[in-house]
Amino acid sequence: MSLDAQIKRLLPGWLKEPAPDGDIVFSSRVRLARNLNHLSFPYHAGEIQLEEVIDQVGAALKSAGHFKNYTLHRLDEMTQHDRMVLVEKYLVSLDLLKNPAHRGVVLNQDETVSIMLNEEDHLRIQGIYPGLQLNKAWESAEQIDRLLEAKLDFAFDEERGYLTTCPTNVGTGLRASVLVHLPALKMVGQVKKVLAVLPSIGLNVRGAYGEGTDSAGDLYQISNQVTLGLSEEEIVGKIVSVTKQVIDQERAAREALLANDSRLQLEDRVNRAYGLLTHSRLISSEETIKLLSDVLMGAALNLIPKADGQVVKELFFLIRPAILQKLIGRELTPGERDHYRAAMVREHLGMNRK
Amino acid sequence: MWCERCKKRQATVHVTKIVNNHKTESHLCEICAGETGQELGFLFEPNFSFQHLLAGLLENEFGVKSEAFTERSAQELEKCPTCGLTFTDFRKIGLMGCADCYQAFAEYLNPLLRRIHGSISHTGKAPHNIGGRIRARKELETLRRRLKDAIKREAYEEAAQLRDQIKAKEAELN
Ligand SMILES: [Zn+2]
Ligand SMILES: [Zn+2]
Repeated sequence: MSLDAQIKRLLPGWLKEPAPDGDIVFSSRVRLARNLNHLSFPYHAGEIQLEEVIDQVGAALKSAGHFKNYTLHRLDEMTQHDRMVLVEKYLVSLDLLKNPAHRGVVLNQDETVSIMLNEEDHLRIQGIYPGLQLNKAWESAEQIDRLLEAKLDFAFDEERGYLTTCPTNVGTGLRASVLVHLPALKMVGQVKKVLAVLPSIGLNVRGAYGEGTDSAGDLYQISNQVTLGLSEEEIVGKIVSVTKQVIDQERAAREALLANDSRLQLEDRVNRAYGLLTHSRLISSEETIKLLSDVLMGAALNLIPKADGQVVKELFFLIRPAILQKLIGRELTPGERDHYRAAMVREHLGMNRK
Repeated sequence: MWCERCKKRQATVHVTKIVNNHKTESHLCEICAGETGQELGFLFEPNFSFQHLLAGLLENEFGVKSEAFTERSAQELEKCPTCGLTFTDFRKIGLMGCADCYQAFAEYLNPLLRRIHGSISHTGKAPHNIGGRIRARKELETLRRRLKDAIKREAYEEAAQLRDQIKAKEAELN
């Protein structure tokens, strides 16, 4: 297989244009927790019950015509390396890998839908799209939920809603999140102030890399805290409207940086980052992420003639350890990884699909 | 330095944590760090479960009132009849054992849910078949109310119509 074909296979299928507001929003994701009646929740269930979950879901997929292009993978039939690739593509959580026996994942062809089996709940249905498309992510998860509920007996209570392993998820069982890129707010020293408001309105925020509000790569994840007492549309709508406000603030910060004497400094910074990434021979993942963040903004603002934002986003995935080693085709020592990471970045950044 | 987890690769990720004035260091290779979620703290996962938070809440809700608990030790031994989870287990781990646990431990749940969610009732979607039943049951209640009212008003023709509608609804529900 050619490297290009390999790259295409290893990039998350959902990371495709068009991505509305994709200059600032990386991804939109919705997860629905669902459980089956009469079976213990996964951590409390024995092997037979866990297998029963996989069997029931497998049978439901077979009996509904919609799922022709969906595949159920058992985690115990995959290598640890391939499982890590799924984590790095945001298709499954790290928690699912803790004990691969009797766990599974259902994926559709373009990887916009994934269903984790026997993670904390029997099913976690995920819809994920690039850019700000949280409603679309919700609709696609909801559609799968609707098709499956016709075949499966989901645990539901009129008063409590969908019953989940952890009471923090009960009710809608819905966790919606967006990943936003806020480098300009960071540069003007406003990011903490803007994000500090979110917890008071029932939203969580965390750095995508690292804890708290200091995030390498300037990527932050916004998600809902509460799952009970609000409708799904209210939860999704709230995150969308808050995200739009955050986008406006980030855009304003970018314009401010461009309008002032700081324009030249900004141009210098993002082009230096581009220069380093296109000429390094050894580079750590930490340094790469920092530089990619600069280049991503530079590309969005057309400050780097040759940079293509979509290609830059893809690199956030291609440099992750399991995907990188899969591309090279073997296990790499850390030193080798810095070498191949630099080569991958040079090669891929040179691509321009515009 | 070798990775302390797999002992096969070089340790390149060094994490220092200070917990209760006690410093711990871990030295992991990039793979193990990735697998344990420590690679640059690369955590794209939303904090789906706030189990730590929950354990804290449970402590507050039930632990502080431990006196009340010794008196009610019989309740502490309460068990979910379906999955066998005891209330003590739930208090310890903060997780339900099965769907029926919500019934078994219902009386403890309201204060907890109110603190987590600020609410105790679901207002979102329902499975279609169940959602239909909920709607039908609510409609039935309304029809019965209207019937009573019609009888009180001696509007017998209307009452007869309502009776037919109620019969049809009841048949639909069974
Ligand atoms: Zn290791
Ligand atoms: Zn139970």
